[in-house]
Amino acid sequence: MAKITIEDLAKIREKTRQATTLRQGAGRAKVNVHMGTCGIAAGAREIMTAVMKEIESRNLHDVIVTNSGCAGLCSQEPMMTVEMANEPAPVKYVYMTPDKVKKIFDSHIQKGQVLKEYALAVGSEKTR
Amino acid sequence: MAYRTYLMVCAGTGCVANQSMKIKEKLESELVRRGLQNEIGVVTTGCNGFCAVGPLMVVQPDGIFYQLLKESDIPRLVEEHFLKGRPVKPLMYTPPKEKAPIPKMSDIPFFADQTLIVLRNRGLINPESIDEYIARGGYTAIAKVLTTMTPEQVISEIKASGLRGRGGGGFPTGIKWETCKNAPGDERYVICNADEGDPGAFMDRSTIESDPHAVLEGMLIGAFAIGSSQGYVYIRNEYPIALERLQIAMKQAREYGLLGKNIFNLGLDFDIRIARGAGAFVCGESTALMASIEGRPGEPRAKYIHTVERGLWDKPTCLNNVETWANVPQIVLNGAKWFSSIGTGDVSVDAWGGSKGTKVFSLSGKVNNTGLIEVPMGITLRKIIYDIGGGLKDGKKFKAVQTGGPSGGFIPESLLDLPVDYEELTKVGSMMGSGGMVVTDEDNCMVDMAKYFLAFTQAESCGKCIPCREGTKRMLDILEKITNGEGTEEDLVLLEELSNMVVESSLCALGGSAPNPVLTTLKYFRSEYEAHVKEKKCPAHSCRKLITYKIDPEICVDKGHGCDVCRKNCPDGAITGETKQVHAIDITRCGKCGICYDVCKFNAIFIE
Repeated sequence: MAKITIEDLAKIREKTRQATTLRQGAGRAKVNVHMGTCGIAAGAREIMTAVMKEIESRNLHDVIVTNSGCAGLCSQEPMMTVEMANEPAPVKYVYMTPDKVKKIFDSHIQKGQVLKEYALAVGSEKTR
Repeated sequence: MAYRTYLMVCAGTGCVANQSMKIKEKLESELVRRGLQNEIGVVTTGCNGFCAVGPLMVVQPDGIFYQLLKESDIPRLVEEHFLKGRPVKPLMYTPPKEKAPIPKMSDIPFFADQTLIVLRNRGLINPESIDEYIARGGYTAIAKVLTTMTPEQVISEIKASGLRGRGGGGFPTGIKWETCKNAPGDERYVICNADEGDPGAFMDRSTIESDPHAVLEGMLIGAFAIGSSQGYVYIRNEYPIALERLQIAMKQAREYGLLGKNIFNLGLDFDIRIARGAGAFVCGESTALMASIEGRPGEPRAKYIHTVERGLWDKPTCLNNVETWANVPQIVLNGAKWFSSIGTGDVSVDAWGGSKGTKVFSLSGKVNNTGLIEVPMGITLRKIIYDIGGGLKDGKKFKAVQTGGPSGGFIPESLLDLPVDYEELTKVGSMMGSGGMVVTDEDNCMVDMAKYFLAFTQAESCGKCIPCREGTKRMLDILEKITNGEGTEEDLVLLEELSNMVVESSLCALGGSAPNPVLTTLKYFRSEYEAHVKEKKCPAHSCRKLITYKIDPEICVDKGHGCDVCRKNCPDGAITGETKQVHAIDITRCGKCGICYDVCKFNAIFIE
């Protein structure tokens, strides 16, 4: 790398931002792929790969991807929960396919419109 | 490559010594085995501070904190957490006296009560990557300075911030810069003092290890402000990891043109050389340090002419400590007002009027959570020891805390609500120092502690001036006499007189502060000295010559049935007795090693 200018600082920042924003735990959206035994058996691995592909192709810096265990509704796996920073409650999507992942990114994550036809419910169970 | 999760493995000296690099390799190989290597990235970071529970790792963005990791834990961890999404509770931190582990780093009291300025990037960036430093706002402070500020404006900003020297002296940084800038001379130098010689202090090492570019950027800003084109980092050779990361950082900065000629094409020329210290404590003193860079013996000189006027090679020189330099970029970026809103006192009229910003402390000794902490000035010692430090180990009773390194004073329990502030600490006979903090409990003999630290400073005295060379030696002789049970009441008077003489007449701060442990223990724990002198007893049962091990015959037979374990383990053959019989210690042969005390399961052995 040659000598840099002040403008280059911003470029380097942009380039490295995906890593550093995520490490600080800050994000606009959080996508959680449920990967219990049931989820993995039903194809959660493919869903995770599809999610990663969307993030990379869209060059998203502020979407946190995480996985969790079984959500309890094994019959409707693979499942994926989308949590937007500006929405009050997370949305659970069921019977996921790579194609649905793409649509959810198009609509829910990018435009904030929940895809009701794929969604199971809004919100989570009560916990004590 | 975009990753969804980052495993931030601590690679500070403490964790590396505990095999964190092996953990990292194992993580990488397990991730490959599970096919996760393209989704989950492993990053090595600088010291997280919580050295007591290393090797440790933080999972981001979840913020899950794993501790005390072993290589054998890794396969399960990767499978459970990263493949199946189930964080592994047994590897999380559980506070003392509690049952449930705390998954999130930000919820752990040790981290939650800290305020990070100097260590803001610790655990978040790879210290060997300049890009990651830039991504966290790095080098924008020097860009701001070069494009929008004059040297005078930089100096007035630093002055207004109330930043004071973090190496121990507490001299207002802005005033130092200004005097250096205004001193006559064609050439000036900037020095970073990384010769952290205090036993038990490791904040400068950790700062360089976790964020070396912050130090370089601070020095760049200082160089611009005072008009210097050559800097030095004087670093101990005993800090191999810090040295290596500093060298990597300097190489990267040179490649980006952030060190060298015409930085950012804005006219600033500045480069840095590394000078390695050979491990003499006195070389942390500014004039001795400069003598050492010049190739002369590391001895201080009298400072009737200050180093800001005639320092290195007799040129005006601005020397600041690692932590001070690392504060500078943040002050420039966030403003003096922001910085001075943290801390105590008022610095708007008088630069000495308060302690601003944060201070990094190495917390060690008898606390549960030993490690590196950064706290706002003005926090109480009690909060540091009991909230962040998690209280004393094994439920023992607190006795005293020593602040400021080997020449700091001991502060008793009655003063625990003292705010941490340059003046307040000095008032009670201790000092901020470079930020060592050693906690002692009821088992520590205060006379012995004073002797221990004085033995260190005495050995490190360079010998140039008589009060320090001879005075500390005679003080040590007296302490030796007292702990051997040969002290008299006159010795206490003489010890106090000698201490005050050494403080007043020594050439540099080494002698000027070395008697602090003695003076404060004489002041706050005089009864312990008196017990040694008058009764020939050590109340903490620590001084070997003054204690006797004895066996309670009733407990030995009734409870232990003369188990004979003590006799078998005694290296001196001082214990007589046989199974089912009462045992006894022959004090003429007893070497007072304490092994019998430790091995007796029935507490039949006691100390008098």
